[in-house]
Amino acid sequence: MKRLGVFICHCGANIAGTVDVKSVAEKIGKTEDVAHSADYIYMCSEPGQQIIREAIRGKGLDGVVVACCSPSMHENTFRKAVKSQGMNPYLCEIANIREQCSWVHQKEKEEATRKAEEIIQATLEKVRRNDSLEAIAVAINRRVLVVGGGIAGITASLDLAEGGYEVILLEREPALGGHMAQLSRTFPDLDPAFSGLFLKASEVERHPKIHLHCYSELEDVKGYVGNFELVIRKKATSVDRGRCTGCGICIENCPVEYVSQFERGMGIRKAIDTLYPSSVPNKPVIYREHCRYFIDGSCHRCEEVCPEKAIDFKQEDERISEKVGAVVVATGYELYPKEQLGEYGYGEIPDVIDGLGFERMLSPNGPTKGKIIRPSDGKVPKEMVFIQCVASRDPDRYMPYCSRICCMVTAKHAKIYKEQVPDGQPYIFYMDIRSDCKGYEEFLQKTIEEKRLLYLRGRVSRVFQDDGRVRVLGVDTLTGKMVEVAADMVVLATAIVPSNGVKDLAAKLRATVDRHGFLTEAHIKLYPVESSTKGIYLAGCGQSPKDISDTVSQASATASKIQALLSTDKLLQDPLIAFVDEEICSGCGICVEICPYEAREMDPHRGISMVHSALCQGCGACIASCPNNACELRNGSASQVLRMVDTFVS
Amino acid sequence: MAEFEPRIVAFLCHWCTYTGADLAGTTRQQYPPNIRIIHLMCSGAVDSIYVLKALIDGADGVLIGGCHPGDCHYQTGNFKARRRVAILKGILQQMGFTENRVWLKWISASEGKLFADTVTKMVEELKKMGPNPMKQLWNA
Ligand SMILES: Cc1cc2nc3c(=O)[nH]c(=O)nc-3n(C[C@H](O)[C@H](O)[C@H](O)COP(=O)(O)OP(=O)(O)OC[C@H]3O[C@@H](n4cnc5c(N)ncnc54)[C@H](O)[C@@H]3O)c2cc1C
Ligand code: SF4
Ligand code: FES
Repeated sequence: MKRLGVFICHCGANIAGTVDVKSVAEKIGKTEDVAHSADYIYMCSEPGQQIIREAIRGKGLDGVVVACCSPSMHENTFRKAVKSQGMNPYLCEIANIREQCSWVHQKEKEEATRKAEEIIQATLEKVRRNDSLEAIAVAINRRVLVVGGGIAGITASLDLAEGGYEVILLEREPALGGHMAQLSRTFPDLDPAFSGLFLKASEVERHPKIHLHCYSELEDVKGYVGNFELVIRKKATSVDRGRCTGCGICIENCPVEYVSQFERGMGIRKAIDTLYPSSVPNKPVIYREHCRYFIDGSCHRCEEVCPEKAIDFKQEDERISEKVGAVVVATGYELYPKEQLGEYGYGEIPDVIDGLGFERMLSPNGPTKGKIIRPSDGKVPKEMVFIQCVASRDPDRYMPYCSRICCMVTAKHAKIYKEQVPDGQPYIFYMDIRSDCKGYEEFLQKTIEEKRLLYLRGRVSRVFQDDGRVRVLGVDTLTGKMVEVAADMVVLATAIVPSNGVKDLAAKLRATVDRHGFLTEAHIKLYPVESSTKGIYLAGCGQSPKDISDTVSQASATASKIQALLSTDKLLQDPLIAFVDEEICSGCGICVEICPYEAREMDPHRGISMVHSALCQGCGACIASCPNNACELRNGSASQVLRMVDTFVS
Repeated sequence: MAEFEPRIVAFLCHWCTYTGADLAGTTRQQYPPNIRIIHLMCSGAVDSIYVLKALIDGADGVLIGGCHPGDCHYQTGNFKARRRVAILKGILQQMGFTENRVWLKWISASEGKLFADTVTKMVEELKKMGPNPMKQLWNA
């Protein structure tokens, strides 16, 4: 028979105010195998823990139940305390009598007291059948994969590399930067976006610890925290990156021109081109779908003019294998697709553009060299309409959430517009103004006052073209009147949505996304940069819309979490995982099918199922599905659960 | 005779509903003390035998709580639970449990109030249904 100890906490009046702890301690003390039953005002305090330690020594206990707050609070505390006395920590369990008893039945003292006693009895049933377990030590690979080379991925990579860790940085475009490379100046300080980004990106390119793979994607991932195995696909650039000096002669000579997505449809791009002028790395790729060599073999211009003989039409996609211990997903965002924005005329009316389009227009390296002009006729717009919350905060038709940056983006746009066109009039349609970060409210108020911006509160119902102008119809909800503005140009602050393909990527990494496709964190408050899969971390707009300051902070937080993870040689994992009774297992293979982590495998020689202990996450799916009850969870066996049920029902 | 007080056994997943039940406590939501909670890692770990055993032994209701579809920490455990419960319901019908005594609910870690409301509602409904018919069998 075991010698068990039960320790009941008053938690001040939090528990003892409802549960009669003395009578519970007394009753539990009469249980046959309970050698010690005590109560104390704060079990988690030093003297409280001392009571436990002394009882373990004095009474030779070999199992402990602490009846107190939720295990999420102090399970670790008490397991450490018993461990200090040489007891296996997994022989200590928590009976949750605060969150799930005293706090929720404050008026039913008698019933709560009975319930607390039953919870303790059930927990005793569990402890009676618990085994001593050792944490599983797995070797760890101290390199990190970062997916996405926007400012989030750049920051995380640099932090990790500076910390001494090797980083593999994947970017699917030919160059680094993400959306920050498209921005003109950034709120609230109106610094040029590009120069800051350029510095950081160049640092990445030069850093000896960062292996940069642009124009590359993650094809396959296997493994688990500490030991991920990757296959990376490097798309053929058709340019020998070792030879190319980035002189740009090929780009000048390429005869093919088409509309540039980077310039949001307002500029042109060549079939051989860089992602943007002075990109990092500053080497072009051949976009094969546009190149005449690849379409019909009719052109070799770039090959002829390249002084370095760097053009390589025969280049093929390359697959490389890598091993890492952790992964950062920094895949960023996109703007809500214009095809789906019917009522705003975007995509049909040339003088209706989106925020990123306006950023390109304001950029000195953009399609208009920084000049604000109407795309349709090149005239300077004298009346400008900015519309906020386009496709955001509209649960019926678009996205229900707030995209967080559009209020500030719009104020910034209106301000820069007024600086360039002092006699112009900006009108801003808005729902609310949100400016809750450092310096934002001040920036906004100052801009509104100095630039005489006209804010109209209300949603726009229709945007249409009429007589060379863009008519915007809306309701001013403050006056209740219809408003109509005949504008020269309209800028839409469209919603931030997750990047294309992030769902597939998340599935490969076994990370989860919410119903909009944003990556979900393990806990929104307590574990905001960890995904729900161990070893997979989040940074930037792929997790939720945010500005650059928040993106950078989050990326640094992620990098330091990973540094903590990788600071040891071995990773200790909870041993509460599945195991197989080899005598019973019939080898049906149902568990292999059911396991979401590929932790079950058939032993081909013995015809029975095995558990890969480093892969098993202990979810229990295989256990519930095994038709023979041949597998169990350590310290969570069917017999333990059934006995708890017994305690509760009889 | 004292009013019939149903007994509910609940199997709650670690990541969502168990944490939601904790939040109900932290925010001092009040609900009837008729429920006894068993912590499991995932709703997909709820073996049919757990539910059957509880009902055969005389529990008046069983509550299974998991993460909302798409939110299961182990990807698809809650879908497994949903399938299992659907099958179980057929068997329970044949065993003479004609009422809905097994509730499968998606309650997230942030839905403490929903947890409390669910328990309150379930107790009310079970009171209307009356005691688990198995109990009579045992007592006959
Ligand atoms: C119009 C507009 C104006 C803005 N102005 C400001 C401003 O003034 N101040 C401010 O603070 N913020 C501003 N922002 C917000 C700013 O753009 C973001 O905060 C920032 O760019 C987020 O960086 P990120 O790295 O998370 O995402 P991104 O910049 O989107 O970078 C993500 C990167 O990941 C890559 N990627 C995606 N999927 C994959 C994959 N599967 N494999 C490999 N690579 C992948 C992408 O190609 C991209 O390079 C503005 C935003 C908009 C729309
Ligand atoms: S407990 Fe879950 S993770 Fe572990 S082997 Fe079984 S199904 Fe796979
Ligand atoms: S973890 Fe909550 S249902 Fe699977």
